[in-house]
Amino acid sequence: MSENRIKGEFTCVVCPNGCFIEAEYLEGGSEGPKLLSLAGNQCKRGETWVRQEIETPMRTISTSVPVHGGDFLLASVRTAEPIPLAKVQDVMAEIRKTSLNAPLSIGQVVLKNPAGTETEIIVTRNVAAAG
Amino acid sequence: MSASKVIERDLVVIGGGPAGLAAAIAAKEAGCDVVLIERDRILGGILNQCIHDGFGLHRFGEALSGPEYAGRFIAQLKGLDVPVLQNTIVLNLSSDRKLLVSRMGELTEIHAKAIVLAMGCRERTRGALSIPGHRPSGVYTAGAAQNFVNMENIMPGKRVCILGSGDIGLIMARRMTLEGAKVEAVFELLPWSSGLPRNIRQCLVDYGIPLYLSTTVVNISGMGRLEGITVATVDDKRQPVAGTEKFFPCDTLLLSVGLIPENELAREAGVALSPITGGALVDADCMTSIPGVFSCGNALHVHDLVDRVSEEAERAGRAAAAFVAGKLSSGGTGVSILPGSGVRYVMPDHMTIPENPEETTLAFRVTTPKRDGVVRAAAGDTILKEEKHPRLHPAEMVWMRLSVEALRELKKSGKALEVSAS
Repeated sequence: MSENRIKGEFTCVVCPNGCFIEAEYLEGGSEGPKLLSLAGNQCKRGETWVRQEIETPMRTISTSVPVHGGDFLLASVRTAEPIPLAKVQDVMAEIRKTSLNAPLSIGQVVLKNPAGTETEIIVTRNVAAAG
Repeated sequence: MSASKVIERDLVVIGGGPAGLAAAIAAKEAGCDVVLIERDRILGGILNQCIHDGFGLHRFGEALSGPEYAGRFIAQLKGLDVPVLQNTIVLNLSSDRKLLVSRMGELTEIHAKAIVLAMGCRERTRGALSIPGHRPSGVYTAGAAQNFVNMENIMPGKRVCILGSGDIGLIMARRMTLEGAKVEAVFELLPWSSGLPRNIRQCLVDYGIPLYLSTTVVNISGMGRLEGITVATVDDKRQPVAGTEKFFPCDTLLLSVGLIPENELAREAGVALSPITGGALVDADCMTSIPGVFSCGNALHVHDLVDRVSEEAERAGRAAAAFVAGKLSSGGTGVSILPGSGVRYVMPDHMTIPENPEETTLAFRVTTPKRDGVVRAAAGDTILKEEKHPRLHPAEMVWMRLSVEALRELKKSGKALEVSAS
Protein backbone atom coordinates (compact mmCIF):
# COMPACT_ATOMS: atom_id res chain seq x y z
CA MET A 1 0.00 0.00 0.00
CA SER A 2 1.44 3.37 -0.98
CA GLU A 3 1.33 6.53 1.08
CA ASN A 4 -1.09 9.24 -0.04
CA ARG A 5 -0.64 12.90 0.72
CA ILE A 6 -4.14 14.31 1.36
CA LYS A 7 -5.41 17.88 1.76
CA GLY A 8 -8.43 17.95 4.02
CA GLU A 9 -10.78 20.59 5.40
CA PHE A 10 -11.92 20.36 9.01
CA THR A 11 -14.38 22.35 11.05
CA CYS A 12 -13.13 22.31 14.61
CA VAL A 13 -15.75 21.08 17.11
CA VAL A 14 -13.84 21.83 20.31
CA CYS A 15 -15.67 25.09 20.97
CA PRO A 16 -18.43 27.11 19.31
CA ASN A 17 -15.88 29.18 17.33
CA GLY A 18 -15.93 26.29 14.86
CA CYS A 19 -12.60 27.18 13.23
CA PHE A 20 -12.22 26.19 9.60
CA ILE A 21 -8.89 24.35 9.49
CA GLU A 22 -7.08 23.17 6.38
CA ALA A 23 -4.74 20.27 7.01
CA GLU A 24 -2.37 18.08 5.04
CA TYR A 25 -1.87 14.50 6.12
CA LEU A 26 -0.47 11.16 5.05
CA GLU A 27 -2.67 8.14 4.73
CA GLY A 28 -1.83 4.54 3.93
CA GLY A 29 1.48 4.44 5.80
CA SER A 30 2.38 1.58 8.13
CA GLU A 31 1.79 3.77 11.23
CA GLY A 32 -1.71 4.87 10.17
CA PRO A 33 -2.81 8.40 9.21
CA LYS A 34 -0.35 11.17 10.17
CA LEU A 35 -0.81 14.96 10.29
CA LEU A 36 1.79 16.97 8.32
CA SER A 37 0.65 20.59 8.53
CA LEU A 38 -2.36 22.75 9.26
CA ALA A 39 -3.64 26.33 9.01
CA GLY A 40 -6.67 28.34 10.11
CA ASN A 41 -6.95 27.36 13.78
CA GLN A 42 -7.43 30.23 16.25
CA CYS A 43 -5.90 28.34 19.16
CA LYS A 44 -3.65 25.43 20.09
CA ARG A 45 -6.66 23.28 20.92
CA GLY A 46 -7.54 23.36 17.22
CA GLU A 47 -4.21 21.78 16.33
CA THR A 48 -4.57 19.09 18.99
CA TRP A 49 -8.07 18.40 17.79
CA VAL A 50 -7.20 18.11 14.08
CA ARG A 51 -4.28 15.80 14.89
CA GLN A 52 -6.60 13.60 16.89
CA GLU A 53 -9.32 13.89 14.26
CA ILE A 54 -6.94 12.53 11.65
CA GLU A 55 -5.05 10.02 13.77
CA THR A 56 -7.71 8.76 16.25
CA PRO A 57 -11.03 10.67 16.24
CA MET A 58 -12.79 10.75 19.65
CA ARG A 59 -16.47 11.38 20.39
CA THR A 60 -18.84 11.56 23.32
CA ILE A 61 -22.14 9.81 22.80
CA SER A 62 -25.51 10.26 24.47
CA THR A 63 -28.43 7.90 24.54
CA SER A 64 -31.20 6.70 26.85
CA VAL A 65 -31.69 3.64 29.01
CA PRO A 66 -35.09 2.23 30.09
CA VAL A 67 -35.95 2.77 33.77
CA HIS A 68 -38.15 0.53 35.92
CA GLY A 69 -40.37 2.14 38.55
CA GLY A 70 -39.46 5.75 37.78
CA ASP A 71 -41.35 8.95 37.04
CA PHE A 72 -39.71 8.83 33.59
CA LEU A 73 -39.63 5.90 31.15
CA LEU A 74 -36.03 6.64 30.23
CA ALA A 75 -32.90 7.97 31.85
CA SER A 76 -30.58 9.86 29.55
CA VAL A 77 -26.95 8.76 29.77
CA ARG A 78 -23.65 9.80 28.18
CA THR A 79 -19.99 8.88 28.10
CA ALA A 80 -18.08 10.76 30.82
CA GLU A 81 -15.04 11.00 28.52
CA PRO A 82 -14.77 10.91 24.73
CA ILE A 83 -14.32 7.45 23.20
CA PRO A 84 -12.80 6.44 19.85
CA LEU A 85 -15.30 7.07 17.05
CA ALA A 86 -14.61 3.53 15.83
CA LYS A 87 -15.97 2.15 19.14
CA VAL A 88 -19.28 4.06 19.11
CA GLN A 89 -21.43 1.20 17.80
CA ASP A 90 -19.82 -1.31 20.19
CA VAL A 91 -20.48 0.95 23.17
CA MET A 92 -24.07 1.52 22.00
CA ALA A 93 -24.55 -2.25 21.80
CA GLU A 94 -23.46 -2.61 25.44
CA ILE A 95 -25.65 0.25 26.63
CA ARG A 96 -28.61 -1.28 24.80
CA LYS A 97 -28.37 -4.37 27.02
CA THR A 98 -28.78 -2.22 30.14
CA SER A 99 -31.83 -1.20 32.12
CA LEU A 100 -31.98 0.68 35.41
CA ASN A 101 -34.12 0.94 38.52
CA ALA A 102 -35.34 4.26 39.92
CA PRO A 103 -34.36 6.38 41.77
CA LEU A 104 -31.42 7.70 39.74
CA SER A 105 -29.42 10.85 40.04
CA ILE A 106 -27.22 12.83 37.67
CA GLY A 107 -23.66 11.50 37.59
CA GLN A 108 -24.51 7.97 38.71
CA VAL A 109 -22.36 5.39 36.90
CA VAL A 110 -24.22 2.87 34.75
CA LEU A 111 -21.33 1.06 33.03
CA LYS A 112 -17.56 1.07 33.47
CA ASN A 113 -15.22 0.70 30.51
CA PRO A 114 -17.90 -0.33 27.99
CA ALA A 115 -16.43 -2.22 25.00
CA GLY A 116 -12.96 -1.80 26.48
CA THR A 117 -13.03 2.02 26.33
CA GLU A 118 -11.55 4.22 29.04
CA THR A 119 -14.76 5.86 30.14
CA GLU A 120 -17.85 5.45 32.26
CA ILE A 121 -21.45 5.75 31.16
CA ILE A 122 -23.16 8.21 33.51
CA VAL A 123 -26.79 9.16 34.09
CA THR A 124 -27.67 12.70 33.03
CA ARG A 125 -31.23 12.93 34.38
CA ASN A 126 -32.61 12.69 37.87
CA VAL A 127 -35.36 10.07 37.93
CA ALA A 128 -37.48 9.79 41.06
CA ALA A 129 -39.25 6.59 42.07
CA ALA A 130 -42.80 6.59 40.73
CA GLY A 131 -45.09 7.70 43.55
CA MET B 1 -63.80 33.56 31.76
CA SER B 2 -63.48 34.75 35.30
CA ALA B 3 -61.27 33.43 38.02
CA SER B 4 -62.47 32.32 41.42
CA LYS B 5 -59.31 33.59 43.05
CA VAL B 6 -57.26 36.75 42.63
CA ILE B 7 -53.73 37.01 43.96
CA GLU B 8 -51.09 39.70 43.75
CA ARG B 9 -47.44 39.14 42.96
CA ASP B 10 -44.39 41.27 42.31
CA LEU B 11 -42.86 39.32 39.44
CA VAL B 12 -44.24 36.42 37.44
CA VAL B 13 -41.91 34.50 35.11
CA ILE B 14 -43.79 32.54 32.43
CA GLY B 15 -41.89 29.44 31.33
CA GLY B 16 -39.62 27.08 33.27
CA GLY B 17 -37.06 26.38 30.56
CA PRO B 18 -33.50 27.77 30.55
CA ALA B 19 -34.65 31.37 30.05
CA GLY B 20 -37.32 31.31 32.76
CA LEU B 21 -35.03 29.56 35.24
CA ALA B 22 -32.19 32.05 34.76
CA ALA B 23 -34.54 35.05 34.85
CA ALA B 24 -36.24 33.85 38.05
CA ILE B 25 -32.90 33.17 39.76
CA ALA B 26 -31.45 36.56 38.79
CA ALA B 27 -34.60 38.39 39.94
CA LYS B 28 -34.71 36.53 43.25
CA GLU B 29 -31.03 37.20 43.87
CA ALA B 30 -31.76 40.88 43.24
CA GLY B 31 -34.22 40.70 46.15
CA CYS B 32 -37.46 40.44 44.19
CA ASP B 33 -40.45 38.31 45.14
CA VAL B 34 -40.87 36.01 42.14
CA VAL B 35 -43.09 33.13 41.11
CA LEU B 36 -42.34 30.81 38.17
CA ILE B 37 -45.10 29.26 36.05
CA GLU B 38 -44.49 26.11 34.00
CA ARG B 39 -47.10 24.23 31.99
CA ASP B 40 -45.21 20.91 32.07
CA ARG B 41 -44.93 18.64 35.12
CA ILE B 42 -41.18 19.26 35.24
CA LEU B 43 -38.84 22.22 34.92
CA GLY B 44 -36.14 22.47 32.27
CA GLY B 45 -38.24 22.94 29.16
CA ILE B 46 -36.89 21.56 25.90
CA LEU B 47 -33.52 20.84 27.54
CA ASN B 48 -35.13 17.72 29.00
CA GLN B 49 -35.24 16.06 25.60
CA CYS B 50 -31.87 17.44 24.41
CA ILE B 51 -29.81 14.60 25.83
CA HIS B 52 -26.81 15.25 23.54
CA ASP B 53 -23.82 17.04 25.03
CA GLY B 54 -22.33 20.44 24.27
CA PHE B 55 -24.39 22.64 26.60
CA GLY B 56 -22.55 24.90 29.00
CA LEU B 57 -19.21 25.24 27.16
CA HIS B 58 -19.25 29.02 27.66
CA ARG B 59 -20.85 29.11 31.06
CA PHE B 60 -19.36 26.13 32.85
CA GLY B 61 -16.45 25.17 30.56
CA GLU B 62 -17.96 21.70 30.34
CA ALA B 63 -19.89 19.85 27.65
CA LEU B 64 -23.06 18.97 29.55
CA SER B 65 -26.23 17.31 28.30
CA GLY B 66 -29.47 19.33 28.28
CA PRO B 67 -30.92 17.76 31.46
CA GLU B 68 -27.60 18.30 33.27
CA TYR B 69 -27.44 21.96 32.22
CA ALA B 70 -31.05 22.49 33.32
CA GLY B 71 -30.37 20.53 36.51
CA ARG B 72 -27.79 23.07 37.70
CA PHE B 73 -30.28 25.93 37.39
CA ILE B 74 -33.15 23.93 38.89
CA ALA B 75 -30.99 23.13 41.94
CA GLN B 76 -30.06 26.81 42.28
CA LEU B 77 -33.72 27.87 42.03
CA LYS B 78 -34.75 25.36 44.68
CA GLY B 79 -31.99 26.64 46.95
CA LEU B 80 -33.45 30.13 46.67
CA ASP B 81 -36.96 29.00 47.62
CA VAL B 82 -38.62 30.43 44.54
CA PRO B 83 -42.22 29.17 44.36
CA VAL B 84 -42.88 27.19 41.19
CA LEU B 85 -46.34 26.49 39.80
CA GLN B 86 -46.00 23.35 37.70
CA ASN B 87 -48.75 21.81 35.53
CA THR B 88 -49.94 25.37 35.22
CA ILE B 89 -50.76 27.26 32.05
CA VAL B 90 -51.24 30.96 31.43
CA LEU B 91 -54.37 31.37 29.33
CA ASN B 92 -54.31 35.12 28.93
CA LEU B 93 -52.12 38.11 29.57
CA SER B 94 -53.61 41.60 29.57
CA SER B 95 -51.86 44.85 28.80
CA ASP B 96 -52.12 45.84 32.48
CA ARG B 97 -50.16 42.72 33.55
CA LYS B 98 -53.06 40.57 34.71
CA LEU B 99 -52.64 36.87 34.07
CA LEU B 100 -55.41 34.31 33.79
CA VAL B 101 -53.89 31.06 34.98
CA SER B 102 -55.27 27.52 34.88
CA ARG B 103 -53.97 24.93 37.30
CA MET B 104 -55.56 21.50 37.63
CA GLY B 105 -58.88 22.89 36.47
CA GLU B 106 -58.79 25.89 38.78
CA LEU B 107 -58.66 29.38 37.37
CA THR B 108 -56.67 32.04 39.17
CA GLU B 109 -56.05 35.64 38.27
CA ILE B 110 -52.61 36.96 39.10
CA HIS B 111 -51.94 40.70 39.17
CA ALA B 112 -48.23 41.24 38.67
CA LYS B 113 -46.05 44.32 38.94
CA ALA B 114 -43.73 42.85 36.33
CA ILE B 115 -43.73 39.86 33.99
CA VAL B 116 -40.93 38.02 32.22
CA LEU B 117 -42.03 36.22 29.06
CA ALA B 118 -39.86 33.11 28.65
CA MET B 119 -42.13 30.76 26.71
CA GLY B 120 -39.48 29.56 24.29
CA CYS B 121 -40.28 28.72 20.69
CA ARG B 122 -42.07 26.16 18.57
CA GLU B 123 -41.15 24.39 15.36
CA ARG B 124 -42.27 25.23 11.88
CA THR B 125 -44.34 22.35 10.53
CA ARG B 126 -45.20 20.91 7.15
CA GLY B 127 -48.14 23.31 6.98
CA ALA B 128 -45.80 26.30 7.15
CA LEU B 129 -43.86 24.97 4.14
CA SER B 130 -46.82 23.98 1.97
CA ILE B 131 -45.15 20.76 0.79
CA PRO B 132 -47.46 19.13 -1.77
CA GLY B 133 -48.36 15.44 -1.85
CA HIS B 134 -50.29 13.01 0.31
CA ARG B 135 -50.78 13.28 4.05
CA PRO B 136 -49.45 9.93 5.30
CA SER B 137 -48.27 9.22 8.83
CA GLY B 138 -44.51 9.29 9.31
CA VAL B 139 -43.94 13.03 8.85
CA TYR B 140 -42.74 14.65 12.08
CA THR B 141 -40.92 17.74 13.20
CA ALA B 142 -37.41 16.87 14.37
CA GLY B 143 -38.22 18.03 17.90
CA ALA B 144 -41.33 15.85 18.09
CA ALA B 145 -39.23 12.85 17.04
CA GLN B 146 -36.64 13.85 19.64
CA ASN B 147 -39.34 13.79 22.29
CA PHE B 148 -40.55 10.34 21.18
CA VAL B 149 -37.06 8.82 21.14
CA ASN B 150 -35.55 10.49 24.20
CA MET B 151 -38.55 10.83 26.52
CA GLU B 152 -41.19 8.31 25.45
CA ASN B 153 -39.07 5.38 24.23
CA ILE B 154 -40.76 5.34 20.82
CA MET B 155 -38.88 5.04 17.51
CA PRO B 156 -40.73 7.01 14.82
CA GLY B 157 -39.43 4.82 11.96
CA LYS B 158 -36.62 2.82 10.41
CA ARG B 159 -35.71 4.53 7.16
CA VAL B 160 -35.43 8.27 7.56
CA CYS B 161 -35.02 11.37 5.42
CA ILE B 162 -34.56 14.81 6.96
CA LEU B 163 -35.55 18.13 5.44
CA GLY B 164 -33.61 21.08 6.83
CA SER B 165 -30.13 21.11 8.26
CA GLY B 166 -30.95 22.98 11.45
CA ASP B 167 -29.20 21.71 14.55
CA ILE B 168 -32.15 19.66 15.78
CA GLY B 169 -32.38 17.88 12.42
CA LEU B 170 -28.65 17.12 12.44
CA ILE B 171 -28.72 15.87 16.01
CA MET B 172 -31.70 13.66 15.21
CA ALA B 173 -29.84 12.24 12.19
CA ARG B 174 -27.19 10.95 14.60
CA ARG B 175 -29.69 9.93 17.25
CA MET B 176 -31.82 7.88 14.85
CA THR B 177 -28.66 6.25 13.45
CA LEU B 178 -27.44 5.29 16.95
CA GLU B 179 -30.85 3.76 17.65
CA GLY B 180 -30.58 1.56 14.58
CA ALA B 181 -32.48 3.51 11.91
CA LYS B 182 -31.03 4.14 8.46
CA VAL B 183 -30.84 7.86 7.78
CA GLU B 184 -30.74 8.23 4.00
CA ALA B 185 -29.93 11.90 3.66
CA VAL B 186 -30.42 15.46 4.89
CA PHE B 187 -31.77 18.01 2.39
CA GLU B 188 -31.25 21.75 2.74
CA LEU B 189 -33.03 24.43 0.70
CA LEU B 190 -30.24 26.99 1.14
CA PRO B 191 -26.81 26.73 -0.50
CA TRP B 192 -25.33 26.44 3.02
CA SER B 193 -26.24 24.44 6.10
CA SER B 194 -28.22 26.22 8.78
CA GLY B 195 -26.66 24.08 11.53
CA LEU B 196 -23.49 24.62 13.53
CA PRO B 197 -20.35 23.26 11.78
CA ARG B 198 -19.63 21.04 14.78
CA ASN B 199 -22.96 19.31 14.26
CA ILE B 200 -22.38 18.76 10.53
CA ARG B 201 -19.16 16.98 11.45
CA GLN B 202 -20.31 15.01 14.49
CA CYS B 203 -23.78 14.10 13.30
CA LEU B 204 -23.48 13.63 9.54
CA VAL B 205 -19.85 13.13 8.45
CA ASP B 206 -19.18 10.69 11.32
CA TYR B 207 -22.03 8.43 10.20
CA GLY B 208 -21.65 8.84 6.44
CA ILE B 209 -24.98 10.64 6.05
CA PRO B 210 -25.03 12.78 2.88
CA LEU B 211 -26.11 16.43 2.97
CA TYR B 212 -27.71 17.80 -0.21
CA LEU B 213 -27.61 21.60 -0.34
CA SER B 214 -29.91 23.72 -2.55
CA THR B 215 -32.39 20.85 -2.47
CA THR B 216 -35.94 20.60 -1.23
CA VAL B 217 -38.84 18.15 -0.98
CA VAL B 218 -41.33 18.55 -3.84
CA ASN B 219 -43.60 15.60 -3.18
CA ILE B 220 -44.60 13.24 -0.41
CA SER B 221 -45.81 9.75 -1.39
CA GLY B 222 -47.78 7.11 0.51
CA MET B 223 -51.47 6.89 1.39
CA GLY B 224 -51.37 5.33 4.86
CA ARG B 225 -47.72 5.39 5.86
CA LEU B 226 -45.04 7.46 4.19
CA GLU B 227 -43.43 5.51 1.33
CA GLY B 228 -40.95 8.03 0.04
CA ILE B 229 -40.23 11.61 -0.90
CA THR B 230 -39.29 13.31 -4.13
CA VAL B 231 -36.61 15.98 -3.87
CA ALA B 232 -35.38 18.47 -6.45
CA THR B 233 -32.51 20.91 -6.79
CA VAL B 234 -33.52 24.56 -6.42
CA ASP B 235 -32.24 27.56 -8.38
CA ASP B 236 -30.94 30.79 -6.86
CA LYS B 237 -34.55 31.94 -6.38
CA ARG B 238 -35.15 28.73 -4.40
CA GLN B 239 -37.50 27.36 -7.05
CA PRO B 240 -37.27 23.63 -7.93
CA VAL B 241 -35.52 22.98 -11.24
CA ALA B 242 -37.56 20.74 -13.58
CA GLY B 243 -35.82 17.50 -14.47
CA THR B 244 -33.75 17.31 -11.25
CA GLU B 245 -36.34 15.30 -9.30
CA LYS B 246 -35.12 12.24 -7.45
CA PHE B 247 -37.16 9.73 -5.39
CA PHE B 248 -35.95 8.57 -1.96
CA PRO B 249 -37.85 5.64 -0.42
CA CYS B 250 -38.38 6.17 3.35
CA ASP B 251 -40.95 5.58 6.08
CA THR B 252 -40.12 8.72 8.06
CA LEU B 253 -39.54 12.36 7.17
CA LEU B 254 -38.23 14.68 9.84
CA LEU B 255 -38.65 18.42 9.37
CA SER B 256 -36.02 20.72 10.82
CA VAL B 257 -37.05 23.87 9.06
CA GLY B 258 -36.91 26.62 11.60
CA LEU B 259 -38.20 27.78 14.95
CA ILE B 260 -40.70 30.51 15.73
CA PRO B 261 -40.77 32.43 19.04
CA GLU B 262 -43.86 31.48 21.03
CA ASN B 263 -45.71 34.75 21.52
CA GLU B 264 -49.46 34.12 21.60
CA LEU B 265 -49.69 35.64 25.08
CA ALA B 266 -47.52 38.60 24.09
CA ARG B 267 -49.68 39.25 21.03
CA GLU B 268 -52.90 39.17 23.05
CA ALA B 269 -51.42 41.61 25.54
CA GLY B 270 -50.53 43.98 22.70
CA VAL B 271 -46.75 43.63 22.93
CA ALA B 272 -45.15 45.00 19.74
CA LEU B 273 -43.51 42.12 17.84
CA SER B 274 -40.75 42.11 15.23
CA PRO B 275 -41.86 40.91 11.79
CA ILE B 276 -38.34 39.51 11.27
CA THR B 277 -37.75 37.49 14.45
CA GLY B 278 -41.37 36.95 15.55
CA GLY B 279 -40.21 37.97 19.03
CA ALA B 280 -40.88 41.14 20.95
CA LEU B 281 -39.23 44.45 20.17
CA VAL B 282 -37.20 45.25 23.28
CA ASP B 283 -34.73 47.70 24.74
CA ALA B 284 -31.37 46.87 26.30
CA ASP B 285 -33.15 45.70 29.47
CA CYS B 286 -35.24 43.23 27.45
CA MET B 287 -38.31 45.37 28.20
CA THR B 288 -41.07 45.16 25.60
CA SER B 289 -43.38 47.93 24.41
CA ILE B 290 -45.49 47.34 27.55
CA PRO B 291 -43.74 48.79 30.62
CA GLY B 292 -42.98 46.04 33.13
CA VAL B 293 -43.27 43.23 30.59
CA PHE B 294 -39.91 41.71 29.67
CA SER B 295 -38.96 39.02 27.16
CA CYS B 296 -35.93 36.76 26.86
CA GLY B 297 -34.63 33.48 25.49
CA ASN B 298 -36.15 31.85 22.43
CA ALA B 299 -39.43 33.68 22.99
CA LEU B 300 -37.48 36.85 22.20
CA HIS B 301 -35.34 35.53 19.33
CA VAL B 302 -34.17 32.02 18.50
CA HIS B 303 -30.70 31.36 19.91
CA ASP B 304 -28.12 28.77 18.87
CA LEU B 305 -26.47 28.39 22.30
CA VAL B 306 -28.32 27.94 25.58
CA ASP B 307 -25.43 29.62 27.42
CA ARG B 308 -26.44 32.88 25.71
CA VAL B 309 -30.09 32.30 26.61
CA SER B 310 -29.10 32.12 30.27
CA GLU B 311 -27.02 35.30 30.00
CA GLU B 312 -29.79 37.25 28.28
CA ALA B 313 -32.46 35.95 30.67
CA GLU B 314 -30.41 37.02 33.68
CA ARG B 315 -30.34 40.52 32.23
CA ALA B 316 -34.15 40.41 31.84
CA GLY B 317 -34.60 39.04 35.37
CA ARG B 318 -32.40 41.73 36.95
CA ALA B 319 -34.17 44.46 34.98
CA ALA B 320 -37.60 43.12 35.99
CA ALA B 321 -36.52 43.14 39.65
CA ALA B 322 -35.33 46.74 39.24
CA PHE B 323 -38.67 47.67 37.67
CA VAL B 324 -40.57 46.17 40.60
CA ALA B 325 -38.33 48.12 42.99
CA GLY B 326 -39.08 51.32 41.07
CA LYS B 327 -35.46 51.65 39.99
CA LEU B 328 -35.99 51.26 36.26
CA SER B 329 -37.60 54.02 34.27
CA SER B 330 -39.71 53.05 31.31
CA GLY B 331 -39.77 56.28 29.39
CA GLY B 332 -38.32 57.22 26.02
CA THR B 333 -36.95 55.18 23.19
CA GLY B 334 -33.33 56.38 23.43
CA VAL B 335 -31.12 55.26 20.57
CA SER B 336 -32.64 53.37 17.63
CA ILE B 337 -30.70 50.32 16.50
CA LEU B 338 -31.06 49.23 12.88
CA PRO B 339 -29.85 46.23 10.91
CA GLY B 340 -27.54 47.51 8.16
CA SER B 341 -26.20 45.72 5.11
CA GLY B 342 -25.46 42.04 5.64
CA VAL B 343 -27.39 41.89 8.94
CA ARG B 344 -30.86 40.36 9.27
CA TYR B 345 -31.85 41.77 12.65
CA VAL B 346 -30.36 43.25 15.81
CA MET B 347 -31.56 42.67 19.35
CA PRO B 348 -32.34 45.03 21.07
CA ASP B 349 -33.98 47.22 18.46
CA HIS B 350 -33.70 50.34 20.58
CA MET B 351 -31.83 51.27 23.68
CA THR B 352 -32.65 53.47 26.60
CA ILE B 353 -29.23 54.04 28.07
CA PRO B 354 -28.77 51.65 31.01
CA GLU B 355 -27.92 53.45 34.26
CA ASN B 356 -25.52 51.07 35.93
CA PRO B 357 -23.51 48.78 33.64
CA GLU B 358 -20.44 49.99 31.83
CA GLU B 359 -21.21 47.95 28.78
CA THR B 360 -24.19 46.50 27.05
CA THR B 361 -24.72 43.77 24.49
CA LEU B 362 -26.05 43.62 20.96
CA ALA B 363 -27.01 40.25 19.47
CA PHE B 364 -27.50 39.88 15.73
CA ARG B 365 -27.41 37.50 12.79
CA VAL B 366 -25.76 37.98 9.42
CA THR B 367 -27.63 37.25 6.19
CA THR B 368 -25.04 35.11 4.37
CA PRO B 369 -21.89 33.14 5.33
CA LYS B 370 -18.62 35.10 5.12
CA ARG B 371 -14.92 34.43 5.63
CA ASP B 372 -12.67 37.08 7.18
CA GLY B 373 -15.70 39.26 7.85
CA VAL B 374 -15.98 42.55 9.68
CA VAL B 375 -18.95 43.53 11.82
CA ARG B 376 -19.42 47.18 12.62
CA ALA B 377 -21.68 49.28 14.84
CA ALA B 378 -21.73 52.83 13.50
CA ALA B 379 -23.76 56.03 13.54
CA GLY B 380 -23.17 57.88 10.30
CA ASP B 381 -19.39 58.25 10.02
CA THR B 382 -18.78 57.51 13.69
CA ILE B 383 -17.73 53.91 14.28
CA LEU B 384 -18.54 52.79 17.82
CA LYS B 385 -17.13 49.31 17.45
CA GLU B 386 -15.58 47.16 14.78
CA GLU B 387 -14.68 43.50 15.12
CA LYS B 388 -13.01 41.03 12.79
CA HIS B 389 -14.45 37.54 12.54
CA PRO B 390 -12.62 34.75 10.69
CA ARG B 391 -16.00 33.26 9.95
CA LEU B 392 -19.53 34.67 10.01
CA HIS B 393 -22.54 32.42 9.53
CA PRO B 394 -26.32 33.02 9.61
CA ALA B 395 -26.66 29.97 11.89
CA GLU B 396 -24.41 31.57 14.51
CA MET B 397 -25.57 34.61 16.40
CA VAL B 398 -22.98 37.34 16.86
CA TRP B 399 -22.71 38.99 20.28
CA MET B 400 -21.08 42.41 20.45
CA ARG B 401 -20.32 44.33 23.64
CA LEU B 402 -20.68 48.12 23.47
CA SER B 403 -19.59 50.65 26.04
CA VAL B 404 -22.45 52.58 27.59
CA GLU B 405 -20.29 55.71 27.47
CA ALA B 406 -20.21 55.55 23.67
CA LEU B 407 -23.97 55.15 23.60
CA ARG B 408 -24.46 58.23 25.77
CA GLU B 409 -22.46 60.23 23.24
CA LEU B 410 -24.56 58.78 20.47
CA LYS B 411 -27.80 59.68 22.19
CA LYS B 412 -26.74 63.33 22.31
CA SER B 413 -26.25 63.29 18.54
CA GLY B 414 -29.76 61.89 17.99
CA LYS B 415 -28.49 59.49 15.34
CA ALA B 416 -29.46 55.83 14.97
CA LEU B 417 -26.97 53.04 15.48
CA GLU B 418 -26.57 50.79 12.49
CA VAL B 419 -25.01 47.32 12.66
CA SER B 420 -23.56 45.93 9.44
CA ALA B 421 -21.43 43.00 8.29
CA SER B 422 -19.08 42.87 5.32
